[in-house]
Amino acid sequence: MAGGEREALAAPLAAVMAGATGDATVTDLRRLSGGASRETWMFDSGQGRFVLQRARPGALRGLATETAVLCAAARAGVPVPELIVDGSESAALERPFMVVRAVPGETIARKILRDEEYAGARGTLATQMARAAARISRIDPADVPGLVADDQLGQYRAVLDATGEAHPVFEVAFRWLESHRPPMSAPRVVHGDFRLGNMIVDRDGLAAVLDWELAHLGDPLEDLGWMCVRAWRFGGARPAAGLSGYDEILEAWTAESGTTATTAALRWWEALGTLKWGIMCIMQAQTHLKGVVRSHELAAIGRRVCENEYDLVVLLEELMGG
Amino acid sequence: MTEPHDRPTVAELVESVREWIENDVMAQVEGRLQFHARVAVNSLDIVLREIDLGPEQAERHAQRLARLGHADDASLAGAIRDGRFDGDLGAVLAELRGAVEDKVRVANPRHLRH
Repeated sequence: MAGGEREALAAPLAAVMAGATGDATVTDLRRLSGGASRETWMFDSGQGRFVLQRARPGALRGLATETAVLCAAARAGVPVPELIVDGSESAALERPFMVVRAVPGETIARKILRDEEYAGARGTLATQMARAAARISRIDPADVPGLVADDQLGQYRAVLDATGEAHPVFEVAFRWLESHRPPMSAPRVVHGDFRLGNMIVDRDGLAAVLDWELAHLGDPLEDLGWMCVRAWRFGGARPAAGLSGYDEILEAWTAESGTTATTAALRWWEALGTLKWGIMCIMQAQTHLKGVVRSHELAAIGRRVCENEYDLVVLLEELMGG
Repeated sequence: MTEPHDRPTVAELVESVREWIENDVMAQVEGRLQFHARVAVNSLDIVLREIDLGPEQAERHAQRLARLGHADDASLAGAIRDGRFDGDLGAVLAELRGAVEDKVRVANPRHLRH
């Protein structure tokens, strides 16, 4: 990793930490793989371990909304990392940033689903996630200015069209989803990427919900359906995060949110999520094919599109039959 | 073997590179590079399966499209999008199941057991 970049970051970061915690030590600063629009660094400071997220050069999206939603989620009782520095409006590190306290635990889904260490966590994790999703839906949208309401179905219709690719199964899914839309509730705060991989899990289960980059306003069942998408079961046998059944997470969600929802509505969102992940796979392959980033890893994702088509066929057959 | 070309066939060539990555490269590297070598092996496996299964799958797909009254996926996708199959989405889905299973059989056959 670019040593020069690390050198350049260490001193201003130390000043930022001194201002926030009174301790200017920054040691073991190292870059982790980050998302598309941001870079992630981990480091130690006097009081413990911290994570820095900083916008990539030229990133279209700042961090102001994310820090606001992180604080609102904490107030609503969602387990999230503690925000230490809100640098969304700061120039101290050249680009918008935030520092949170690192939460110990595991994010790698396969380990969470298979390692002995998480055997106890596996019994409760999916229902804990459902409760967290319910708490997210109870955040007052007025507390988080900047969140935008979107129509997921319309949005991904446009994205698929822009790819120029023909996928008859996806067209069947669009027709069916359009004609079977569950009644929509008033728009609520939605995490937007609520699944294993974005959860920190320890022996007791859910320790923190990460990556609020895609938060928006929408139907609260969007988050619950997304965690049931087969890709996000990571080989687990059961629908919800690979670990629990639909009824169990709906029950937990209802108990926490005070709102009821039907399995049919949940599965509509699961089907939409499967369609959406399929279209996202096309986009990743096109990042390679169009030469934006040449990568055999991105190219290979293009051949995962059909896994989602298959999952949709199985799912739609069930939903049409029942 | 496809004349006028000699052996190794394309499949045999791909297989030889695949074996080299799996036996030599992957043993020498770790972490991210090893992961990327695994991705490369997986892609070559897809190539090998498509060389093997592709021709008969293409034939089956042409027959499938003919039954649905379309020349290619783009035309079929457009018709579904325009609502011309709304009366029986289940029937078109049943045909498409075969196509999708063929795709998965090439891309990642382990995904088929559900």
